[in-house]
Amino acid sequence: MKNQLLKFNSSYLHQAASVVGSKERQGPLGEKFDSFSEDDRFGQDTWEKAETEMVKRTVEALIQKSEIEWDDIDAFAGGDLLDQCIATSHAMNNNGVPYLGLYGACSTAAEGLIIGSLLAEKGFTVGTVASSHFCSAERQYRFPLEYGSQRTPTAQNTVTGCGSFLLNSKKSDVRVKEAIIGRIQDNGISDANNMGAAMATAAIDTILRYFKKTGRTEKDFDIIATGDLGQEGLELGKEYAKSLGLILGSNYVDCGMLIYDLKTQEVGAGGSGCGCSASVFAAEIYPKIKNGEYKNALLIGTGALLSPKSIIQNKIIPSVAHLVCFERV
Amino acid sequence: MSRELYKFCLFVQIISAEWGDFLNRQEYIEFAESRAKRTTSLKNCIWAFVVGGFICVIGQLLVYAYMNVVKEEKTAYSLTSVTLVFLSGLLTGIGRFDKLASRAGAGTLVPITGFANAVASPAIEAKSEGYIKGVAAQMFVIAGPVIVYGSASSVIYGIIYYISMKIAGQI
Repeated sequence: MKNQLLKFNSSYLHQAASVVGSKERQGPLGEKFDSFSEDDRFGQDTWEKAETEMVKRTVEALIQKSEIEWDDIDAFAGGDLLDQCIATSHAMNNNGVPYLGLYGACSTAAEGLIIGSLLAEKGFTVGTVASSHFCSAERQYRFPLEYGSQRTPTAQNTVTGCGSFLLNSKKSDVRVKEAIIGRIQDNGISDANNMGAAMATAAIDTILRYFKKTGRTEKDFDIIATGDLGQEGLELGKEYAKSLGLILGSNYVDCGMLIYDLKTQEVGAGGSGCGCSASVFAAEIYPKIKNGEYKNALLIGTGALLSPKSIIQNKIIPSVAHLVCFERV
Repeated sequence: MSRELYKFCLFVQIISAEWGDFLNRQEYIEFAESRAKRTTSLKNCIWAFVVGGFICVIGQLLVYAYMNVVKEEKTAYSLTSVTLVFLSGLLTGIGRFDKLASRAGAGTLVPITGFANAVASPAIEAKSEGYIKGVAAQMFVIAGPVIVYGSASSVIYGIIYYISMKIAGQI
């Protein structure tokens, strides 16, 4: 029972929407996001409200793009990085849609897609959302924004971004084929400035479990995208996989490296946060599956499950990685 | 342990069982740390030396300037500290200090400017929780330990100073 593969027959990813901040807009994928805010406060007076506003805008964009009404959605599942997921729950306030709150750290987007696919299988029309905001995350996990500190090169930059997806059982171009729920692992890393290293083994574990279970190999996929391992985690993961007999080639990418230009944007090892894989998948990968450029794609949402308290207490970082397999119908 | 041996161990782990359960954590940490990118110490040192030195030069110039006005050394030094704290607070408020400090490191941290920034930055940010539960309550979140242990050690220093002076017959 340890290695259960979730198989879906009638779950389709119908639409995706993304909203980002100014830094992400300046990145290599800038033009592809549905909208962005030049002002990282999104016109609000606190960072928490700014993130809530970003979630609201993303969900509105999703509904508009899908050409449906709020009443057509049977359930919404989503989350963010803030304590008790307040950004998402405040954004969902009073919209009348049944809501499931999710916390999977940076793996929330993939977790949402799995839950969404399960509900879609039951005939639900489900929306999922995952968001993170650099400023609110920085406040919660690190130092005040204006505090003068130096970052280590392995540290990652929390993405100001939000991605939202609509799943249902109506046949469309992108089918959610399979999924593997990740298991929580720790590899001994307790350095919050090296989350890529903490999550790399969890990602490889999930990929290996998936290949073992399905008999497929990395060559069967046009793209294998991890959530936010960053440069450090990606390289470490590759080396690690190699030592386990799995050679990951050029079809293996990381959303945290796609969203920024690592050379010019001063983002350390790359992007991180729930919004990283959510916005990159919504703006870059999903459209390419839809237009047929990718026939088979894997999204591996990686999450470092740490809290501000656990960092101070120097606890080891438990990590998780959920895998979702998409197929162009 | 050599890299090859490490890989072999991993290989044994994967074929013998689900590898995650048998991952050698210590080995992995060492492996990850050995390949992690590091900050360039020399570059950091030069930045810290130049910026830290520059702040000290400004301080010294301020001392001379104040000496001309107040004619008293002690007051001139106090006014210099106050001015540097003000400037640091101002730069923090307009969002420039963190940009300089991200390069200068200890150059901005060690002089009194670092302390001012450590108090001003959480205060600015906590405004969203109001003046009592936010600004006042969170102002010393970073500087608090420095104040607590700084005061405590100065008390201990005072006691030792007092006793040794007593023994030496100075008081």
